[in-house]
Amino acid sequence: MKNRAWYFVMPMIILMSIGAFLPLMVVVNYSQHYIFAGSAATFVGLENFVEVLHDPQFRGAVGRQFLFTFMVLVIEISLGIMIALALPKKGFWVTPCLVLLGIPLLIPYNVVGIIWRLFTQSDIGVIPKIFEFFGGYYNVALDSFDAASTILLLDVWHWTPLVVLLVYAGLQSIPDAYYQAAAIDGANSLRTFRFVTLPKLRSVLTLGILLRLMDSFKIYSEPLLLTGGGPGTATTYLSLFVARKAESYELGYASAASLIYFFIVLVMSYIAFQIITRIGKGGKTE
Amino acid sequence: MARIELKDVSHSFEIAEGKEKLEWAVKDMNIAWEDGTANALLGPSGCGKTTMLNIISGLLTPSEGKIYIDGKDVTELSPQERHIAQVFQFPVIYDSMNVYNNLAFPLVNANFPKSKIKAKVEKVAEILGLVDCLDFPSSKLNSAEKQKVSLGRGIVRDDTVGILLDEPLTVIDPKMRGELRRQLKIVQKELNITAIYVTHDQHEALTFAEKVAIVKDGRLVQVGSPHDLYNDSASVFVGYFIGSPGMNILDGKLNESTLNLNGFNIELSKDFRKKIKSKIGEYQLGIRPEAIITSREKTTGTIPFEVAIVENMGSYKILTLIKNNKGDRNLRIKSRIDIHMSVSKGETVYLKFPEEDIKIFKDNHRIY
Repeated sequence: MKNRAWYFVMPMIILMSIGAFLPLMVVVNYSQHYIFAGSAATFVGLENFVEVLHDPQFRGAVGRQFLFTFMVLVIEISLGIMIALALPKKGFWVTPCLVLLGIPLLIPYNVVGIIWRLFTQSDIGVIPKIFEFFGGYYNVALDSFDAASTILLLDVWHWTPLVVLLVYAGLQSIPDAYYQAAAIDGANSLRTFRFVTLPKLRSVLTLGILLRLMDSFKIYSEPLLLTGGGPGTATTYLSLFVARKAESYELGYASAASLIYFFIVLVMSYIAFQIITRIGKGGKTE
Repeated sequence: MARIELKDVSHSFEIAEGKEKLEWAVKDMNIAWEDGTANALLGPSGCGKTTMLNIISGLLTPSEGKIYIDGKDVTELSPQERHIAQVFQFPVIYDSMNVYNNLAFPLVNANFPKSKIKAKVEKVAEILGLVDCLDFPSSKLNSAEKQKVSLGRGIVRDDTVGILLDEPLTVIDPKMRGELRRQLKIVQKELNITAIYVTHDQHEALTFAEKVAIVKDGRLVQVGSPHDLYNDSASVFVGYFIGSPGMNILDGKLNESTLNLNGFNIELSKDFRKKIKSKIGEYQLGIRPEAIITSREKTTGTIPFEVAIVENMGSYKILTLIKNNKGDRNLRIKSRIDIHMSVSKGETVYLKFPEEDIKIFKDNHRIY
């Protein structure tokens, strides 16, 4: 090895291969076999993949996942930008606001699930009580819509602060001169936002969108704790679906599903990255 | 195009913050810039130049005083109502748009018809030499071109009454700086637009402007043509600030015909003493480095100095000379010599101070 830098990255490479690469290869191996309870394995080629892709349950999970991720991105990114814009730029209130916003980010996923389980418990929960007070009906255990929208609300509550903090940092780094120039050029607040603020937030928004995209695809412990994927399959997202299959010892099938799942996340992230980095580079005349 | 005037303008940032003790960023500013002239505001960093610009453009409302444009009070008007364009220290471009859309932005905001926008943008692009890159993404331009685009957005409007340039060359690639400076000057002349150029670089100010105002600690120190500021510096500050290196200032005591400069004496002629109507007392002597005659040979009336630093400036050399006096500080003086004269550190040279180039100051103000 001529380049000594390799020695420095070697520990990480070894760690990565033990922690990520080898398990992934095992999964690739499993996906080619029909395995039951890990004892007998029969090579079946790509049959598992064909089966997964034709499985209406898998297709349902994919659809649910896409809808969920789409909603997460739309709501969290726009809400994040709005809150960041509304936050004070300087003064006493900056610190309390940022600390309050940061709190949800500090809570572990499973604790979030438990907190929200308490919120939504049909006998003692705050949310059902509020609905009851206004004469409404709310039950995450029985109503699919309630369950799905609660998971969405939970995710928004948990992760919007991340977008807010990213955007807030991005806003702080925009020099005043840009706003002054826009004022002199007679741009109204909407056009100032569109042509000054938004382009300058490109890099933080790229980061925010990619993080939320990949993370929302991995949502697992919250629906597991809150609804267990139900009622029915209303909150069975991709990771939950794969886990269910693995739990029932359909290892070959689960492996094939995880690889497809992995591939979807990869492609989605790539597409998102390409779109964000290309739009609004400017080259066309209005 | 218009005449811009500041009347009794003062500004303190502490007033807005509600503090008791006020510090004035700008104090008692009275100045007018005539229609179609090239002007400069020159001063060290933090002297209140940028505050003044923001007051003129309307980004800042002064704590006291009024701003008039063509005799009309505009103190309460917003930046776009004043029709003053501003070019900032670093190029401000809308980088999600191409060059054309950047230049068209102020017109689009004002709802101009498309055909008129096109004609105007093309005309401005021609003046600035940006015709070939109208379709470029503006983020692909170099810094000088970006600065031209931000100037272009200022002059694209018909109703622009003046243009403010806030240290526009600071971040420009040094190679392109000279060219952009010349171009700014040409644009100013061609459009006959009132321009105020803010800078701490005297070279930029003196080459751009016909009238330069020197600002220090928020106050106007001297206003005049580059020639006047150099030759008739009204104060020690201006003398030192204009010129590179600045004027040598030496404290001295006049008794009868000799000026005692703490280490050496200069004999003053009768005529000279008559001109300064001198009485015995404390004065400051000012002389520009380029006016001092430096020689390696001792002749009558020359004063020996020791060479401390030799700086080769390419076409000339700057010497830093010291002379031991009995006090605790050495006397330091700078002189400019021909590039071909070879002098080395530690050597002794002999200086002559031509009487016609000597300026006399009293309490920091020039008396002759």
